[in-house]
Amino acid sequence: MIVSATDLLRVLPEVVLAAFGILIMVADPFLPREQKRMLGSVAFIGALTALVATVVQAVRFDLAFGPAFNNLVVIDSFAVFLHFLLLAITALTILASFRYVEQENIAPGEYYALLLFAAIGMGLMAAANELILIFLGLETSSIATYVLAGCRRSALKSNEAAMKYFLLGSFATAFLLYGIALLFGATGTTFLPEIAARLRTDTNGTLTLMGMALLFVGLGFKVASAPFQVWVPDVYEGAPTPVTAFLSAGPKAAAFAAFLRIFFVALGPANDTWFWLIWACAILTMFVGNLGALAQTNIKRMLAYSSIAHAGYILVAFAARNELGIAAVLFYLVAYALMKLGAFSLVSHVSQGEANQSIDDYAGLHTRQPVLAACLTVFLLSLIGIPLTGGFLGKFYLFTAAVKAQLIWLVVLGVINSVLSAGYYLRVVKVMYMNEPTSQAALAPVPASLAFVLALTTLGTIYLGILPDALMQFAAPSARPLFLP
Amino acid sequence: MQQHWLTIVTFLPLLGAVVLLLFPASAWEAIRRTALVFSVATFALALPLVLWFDSAQAGMQFHFRQAWISAPFIQIDYQVGIDGLSLFLVLLTAFLMPVSILASWPITQRVKEFFILLLVLETGMLGVFVALDLFLFYVFWEVMLIPMYLIIGVWGHERRRYAAIKFILYTMAGSLLMLVAIIWLYSASNTFDLLRLIDARVQGTLLFSPVVERWLFLAFFVAFAIKVPLFPFHTWLPDAHVEAPTAGSVILAGVLLKMGGYGLLRFCLPLFPNAVKEFAPAISALALISILYGALVSMVQPDMKKLIAYSSVSHMGFVVLGIFAFNEIGIEGAIYIMLGHGLATGALFLIAGMLYERRHTHLIREFGGLATPLPILSTFLMIACLASLGLPPLANWAGEFLVLVGVFHASVPNAVFAALGVVFAAIYLLWMYQRVVFGETTNEKNRALPDASGRELATLVPLVVLIVFMGLASPLFTHRMEPTAKRILIPMKLSSYELAVDAKGQE
Repeated sequence: MIVSATDLLRVLPEVVLAAFGILIMVADPFLPREQKRMLGSVAFIGALTALVATVVQAVRFDLAFGPAFNNLVVIDSFAVFLHFLLLAITALTILASFRYVEQENIAPGEYYALLLFAAIGMGLMAAANELILIFLGLETSSIATYVLAGCRRSALKSNEAAMKYFLLGSFATAFLLYGIALLFGATGTTFLPEIAARLRTDTNGTLTLMGMALLFVGLGFKVASAPFQVWVPDVYEGAPTPVTAFLSAGPKAAAFAAFLRIFFVALGPANDTWFWLIWACAILTMFVGNLGALAQTNIKRMLAYSSIAHAGYILVAFAARNELGIAAVLFYLVAYALMKLGAFSLVSHVSQGEANQSIDDYAGLHTRQPVLAACLTVFLLSLIGIPLTGGFLGKFYLFTAAVKAQLIWLVVLGVINSVLSAGYYLRVVKVMYMNEPTSQAALAPVPASLAFVLALTTLGTIYLGILPDALMQFAAPSARPLFLP
Repeated sequence: MQQHWLTIVTFLPLLGAVVLLLFPASAWEAIRRTALVFSVATFALALPLVLWFDSAQAGMQFHFRQAWISAPFIQIDYQVGIDGLSLFLVLLTAFLMPVSILASWPITQRVKEFFILLLVLETGMLGVFVALDLFLFYVFWEVMLIPMYLIIGVWGHERRRYAAIKFILYTMAGSLLMLVAIIWLYSASNTFDLLRLIDARVQGTLLFSPVVERWLFLAFFVAFAIKVPLFPFHTWLPDAHVEAPTAGSVILAGVLLKMGGYGLLRFCLPLFPNAVKEFAPAISALALISILYGALVSMVQPDMKKLIAYSSVSHMGFVVLGIFAFNEIGIEGAIYIMLGHGLATGALFLIAGMLYERRHTHLIREFGGLATPLPILSTFLMIACLASLGLPPLANWAGEFLVLVGVFHASVPNAVFAALGVVFAAIYLLWMYQRVVFGETTNEKNRALPDASGRELATLVPLVVLIVFMGLASPLFTHRMEPTAKRILIPMKLSSYELAVDAKGQE
C-alpha cells in the first residue's frame, strides 16, 4: 500500500501527536532529572501543533475532507469538530498537570507521552470509518489511560484505580470485539457505510441484534453509562486528579463520537431497534448518577457520579435521533468538557495533591480563596444547568431535540434529575460560602499554568451560556455527516 | 432612546454590581453608598416610564426586540416590553430595592458580596417582569434564584442553610417543569415569542389537544403556584421568610411572590384559556384554602416574622382568587393587591427587622408595651398593620375591595369565604400589635430601646407615603391597568376550540 500525501494530510493531527510523543520518550532518558519538567512544555506544544494541524484541515477542507487509507479513516466536519475538542482537552490537561506532576513525583516522560498517545487513539476513534480501526483507536487510548490512572505508583488508591479500570475495561473491550465479530458475521464487512447498506435489506437477523447489543455494552462502558458504570467512581477517585479531569472529558467524548458514528452510520437502518436500548439506558444512567452523587462526601467521587449522570443527559439527545440532537450532543460535549476540566483541575489544586478530598475541606473556601470559590461555583451552576452557563444551553439543546422527537417523558425525567442534581452541587456551594473554614492553612498560590486553564474554562463556560451561536454554528454542520444516506 | 429604556433600567443594577466588584472588600461605607446610588438611579430611571406610558394602549410599550441566539435550529430573541401589568411591578421592584439596601446597613459580614448579590438580584427581578420571550423569561427567572439562595443562606438567621436549600429546590423543581413546557410550546410553534404565541392562540393557528393543553397549563401553573405560594405549595415560604435577613424578606414578600401572580396573568390565562377555565374551580378552592389557612395559622404564630409570612400566604390567596374570577375588576384587584401587599408586608418585615436588631428575637412574647420606649416605630407598625389588614384608605383596601367585587360577580360563596379572610387578617394583625405594643413594658430589656433612627425613618416613610397614596389615588393606577386587564381576558373569551362537553357544562 502506498501512502499518499492526501492520506497523510487527513491524519495530520495524529501524525503530529505521534511525532511529539516519540520525541518525548526518546528525549526522556537523556535529560537530567531537573530538566525533565520541560517535557511538559514539549507535550503542550505538541498538542497545540496538532490543533494547528486540525485548523489546517478545517481551512483546506477541499483537500482534507474525505476518506483516507482505503476508506479506513474519513475526515469530515464531525471528525474535525471532535479533533478540535479532544486536542483542546489534551492541551488543557497538560497545562493543568504541570504542578501536580512535580508535586507527586510522577515520571514526566511517560506521563506526557501517554497523554499524547491517548489523544491519538481518541482522534482515530472520532475519524474512523471502520470497526477494526475504532477498536484500535479505543485500545490505544484505553491502554494509555489505564497506565495514567495508576501513575502514582506508590499510592494504593491509584493502583486500585488502574487495576479496576484495566480489568473492567478489558472486559468491556472484549464485548466490543465480539460485537464487531458478530456484525462482521452478519454483514460480511467492517466498513460502517457498507454495514448500513447490508442492513437496509435485513435489520433483524439474530447475529445483527447480538452484535448490536454487544457493541452497545462495550461503548456503554466507555461513556460511563449505567448499568456499565460501576468502575467510574473508584477510577475517578483513585486516578491522579488531572488524569481524572482528562478521563471525564476526553475519552468520554471520543467514546461518544464512536458510539454515535457506529449507531447512526452503520446501524442507522436499525435505529428503531436500538432506540429502546438508548432510551432505557438514558433514564437509568441519569438516576444512577444523580442518586449516587447525592450520597457522596468525597468531592472527586461526587463529580464522578455527576459525570455518569451527564452521560445520561447526552443519551437523551442520542435517543432523539435527529440532527439537532447530534448537534446538541456535540455542543454539550464542549460545554461539559469545559466545566469538568475546570472543576477537576480546581479540585487538584484545592485538594493539594490528593490530600483534602472531602467536601468538608471546601468549607469557607470563599474566605480563603474567593476567586477559586467563584470559579467552582460557576462550574457547579453550569453542571446543574442554571441559565447563563454553557451547561444550561447544552441541556436546553439536548432537551429541545428530545421534545422535537416527542420524547416528552424522557425530558421530564431529565429535568427531575436536574433538580436532584441541584441537591448535591448546591451542597458544595453551601459549604464554600456558608460554612466556617475548618482549616486556616493558607492555600498555595495558583500556578500560572493552572490559572490560565481555570480562566479559560470559567470564561468559556459563561461565554457559551450567553453567546452559544458561534459554537452551535460549528456544531450544526458537524452533525450532518451522520445523516448522509 | 425609549425603546432602549427598559434595557437600561434592567441592567443598570448589574452595572452597579460590576462597579462594586472593583471596590476593596473593607470599604463598607463606599460599597453600600454606591449600591444605594445605583438602586436609586434605577428607580429614578424607572419613574419616567409612568409618564411616558400611554394608558389608552393595551399592547406592549417600550417594546424592543433584538435577535439573540440565532444559530441553526433555534431562534431566540432578546425581547422586552411592558404593559399595565408589568409597569407597576417594575416600579415596585425598583422602589423596594433602595429601601432594602438602606435596611441592610446593619449588615457587617461580607458587605461587598451582599450588596453585589442584591444588585444582581434586582436585574434578575426586573428582567422577569420585562421579558417577553419565553426563553429570556426563563433565564431571568432562574438566574434570580442563585443570589436569593446565597442571601438567605449566608446572611440569614439560625436555620438559614436549611431554608436556603429548601427555597431553591422547591422553586427549581417548579421552574424546570415549566422549562419542559416552554420547550414543548416551542416545538409546537417554532417561536419563543410570547406575543406571537398569544396571537396564534387568539387567531386559532396554534391549537392544542385538550390533554396537551392541560399538561402545559399545569407545568406553568405549578411553577407559579410555588412562587405565589398557593396552598399546598407554600411550605418553603415560612422557612425562607423567617430565616432570610431583613432585605431578603422584604424582597421575597415584596417582589418574588408577585412573580407567581404575574406569571399566571402573563402566561397561563392568555396561552391556555381552556385549561384555565377547566381548572378554575379547583384553583379557586385552593386560593380560598390559602386565604383561610394562612390567616388561621398566622393567628397562632409566636414568631412575628412567621406571622407575617403566613399572612402573605393569605393575601396572595386573594391575588389568585381575583385572577381566577376572570373579569377585569378581579384582575385589576389582583394586581393592586400585589402592589399593596408588596408595600405593606415590606414595611412589616422592615419593622420586624428593626426590632430584631434591637432585641435579637422575633418572638412576640419577648415584646410588649413597646409604645412607651418606641413611640415612632410603634406608629409605623400600626400603619403597616392597618394597611396589611386592608383598612381604607390604604393600599390593600382598594385591592381587596376590587378582588371581592370581582369574585362576587363570579361566585358569591367564594366572595363570602374570601371576606372572612379579611376579618381574620384584622384579628391576627391587631392581636399581634396589641401584644407587641400595648400594655405595660413588662420585659426589662425593652425599656431602654432606642427609637427609629434617621436611616430607619428613611426606609419607612417612603413606604407609608406610597401606601396612603395608593389607597387614595387608586384610579391613577387602575386607569393604566384596565386596558391590559381587558387584553389578558381576550383569549379567555374566545373559545378557540371546543373543549368537549364538560367544559361547556361549567359555563
